[in-house]
Amino acid sequence: MINIKNLYKSFNGKCVLNDISVTFETGKTNLIIGRSGSGKTVLLKSIVGLHEIDEGEIWYENTLFNKLEFTDKKKIRSEMGMLFQGSALFDSLTVEQNVRFPLDMFSDISIEEKNERVNFCLKRVDIVNSNNLYPSELSGGMKKRVAIARAISLNPKYLFCDEPNSGLDPITAIMIDALIKELTEEYSMTTIVNTHDMNSVMEIGEKIVFISDGEKCWEGSKNDVLNSDCESLNDFIFANSLAKKLRQTKK
Amino acid sequence: MIKFLTLFGQYFLMLKKVFSKPEKASIYYKQTLKEFVNLGLTSVGIITVISFFMGAVITLQTAYNTENPIYPKYLVGLGCRDSILLEFSSTIAALILAGKVGSSISSEIGTMRITEQIDALEIMGVNSASYLILPKLIATLFFNPILTLISIVIGIVGGWIAGSVTGVVPSEDFIYGIQYAFIPYYVVYALIKTVFFAFIITSVSAFEGYYVEGGSLEVGRASTKAVVYSSVLILLFNVILTQLLLS
Repeated sequence: MINIKNLYKSFNGKCVLNDISVTFETGKTNLIIGRSGSGKTVLLKSIVGLHEIDEGEIWYENTLFNKLEFTDKKKIRSEMGMLFQGSALFDSLTVEQNVRFPLDMFSDISIEEKNERVNFCLKRVDIVNSNNLYPSELSGGMKKRVAIARAISLNPKYLFCDEPNSGLDPITAIMIDALIKELTEEYSMTTIVNTHDMNSVMEIGEKIVFISDGEKCWEGSKNDVLNSDCESLNDFIFANSLAKKLRQTKK
Repeated sequence: MIKFLTLFGQYFLMLKKVFSKPEKASIYYKQTLKEFVNLGLTSVGIITVISFFMGAVITLQTAYNTENPIYPKYLVGLGCRDSILLEFSSTIAALILAGKVGSSISSEIGTMRITEQIDALEIMGVNSASYLILPKLIATLFFNPILTLISIVIGIVGGWIAGSVTGVVPSEDFIYGIQYAFIPYYVVYALIKTVFFAFIITSVSAFEGYYVEGGSLEVGRASTKAVVYSSVLILLFNVILTQLLLS
């Protein structure tokens, strides 16, 4: 479980996150949704410690993460996996070396065990016969899947995904969503996904937090999201004309 | 002034991170070997070519500008040797390496920054500054002196060939000249300067790349800044080190 209490973050005096308090539950796919520039990525990067927060508390289970020193954060970070918007695979390493990297860095298992784990993770995300390819030789969807394989290689307790569907076609996006949900349940992880893709919201949104202009405006599940009274959430969800028509019909 | 002090502080904080204890020594060792190839071995070609031609030009320039019966011909060899030893192979070669190696380091790390690869390392709990910069520093600190020695030898050979082929300095005179009044300390002086310059090139370029913000345009700007700042610092430290080491 990850618990955020009264989080504030600003850049050059401009408030980007304003008093965010939310709990992300274990074994669930938690979604942070909102328009581009609403503060989703800053929130996610603050949660994982890539941004120093101005005020507030970030709790990983019973540990106050944001007050830890760099070396003390390492233990919790070794339990994190993160899928970045642009995949962030290491250009100079092959697919296999990318997935093996966290194992080489943080585990003392034998080479055979590492190979086994790498192949298992790649198979789990449906990447076969591509071990020796470089990231530049992969498609967008394959890059995301390799990044997921790298993120789960150390059996993380926490999985963070920043816009996992950006730049992907709808079918590949659904596959990535399904994979994230399956892995969350399989490994009982606390997963937080940043997205503005409504398909993702309706497919995997077990817990949804809506952020607008740096403030938490709404919190609920995919079952509640269509019936919310939150004006800004409705503007976001029913932004396109088809959705607007459906809403009118429903009314 | 405040901006300069902030940058200065940020640079030393980065160095503190760079020299902190590595996560896993074996990984750093492999990474250092890779950097020996990427930053060292790949520079041998350019250093060889430039040193050869610079040695040749120094010899010809010295010969044509000291055409006087009272000057013995072997002074051309001596002049070529000392010019190469004292300035060319350490300072000028360092300026060339600032262009080649510095821009490569800065753009590599800068691209990793803007494509979130550095963030990915941090998330894993890896000290990204140390993992990315320390192997490069070790590689250049060890390999640049080797490049300097190669440059000295090739430069003198270039001078000897140019002098002999054009006939401006007879081969025996040139060889006598490069042995005449040889001060071994000059080699030490050149190597000490090289080590300082290697540190400047690598750390300044890495700093520019590591803290880049924005997109590809900023990475390009960071590369340019890395080369300019490294070159200026090399020239500044050249004066300081010359005064300290030769006074």
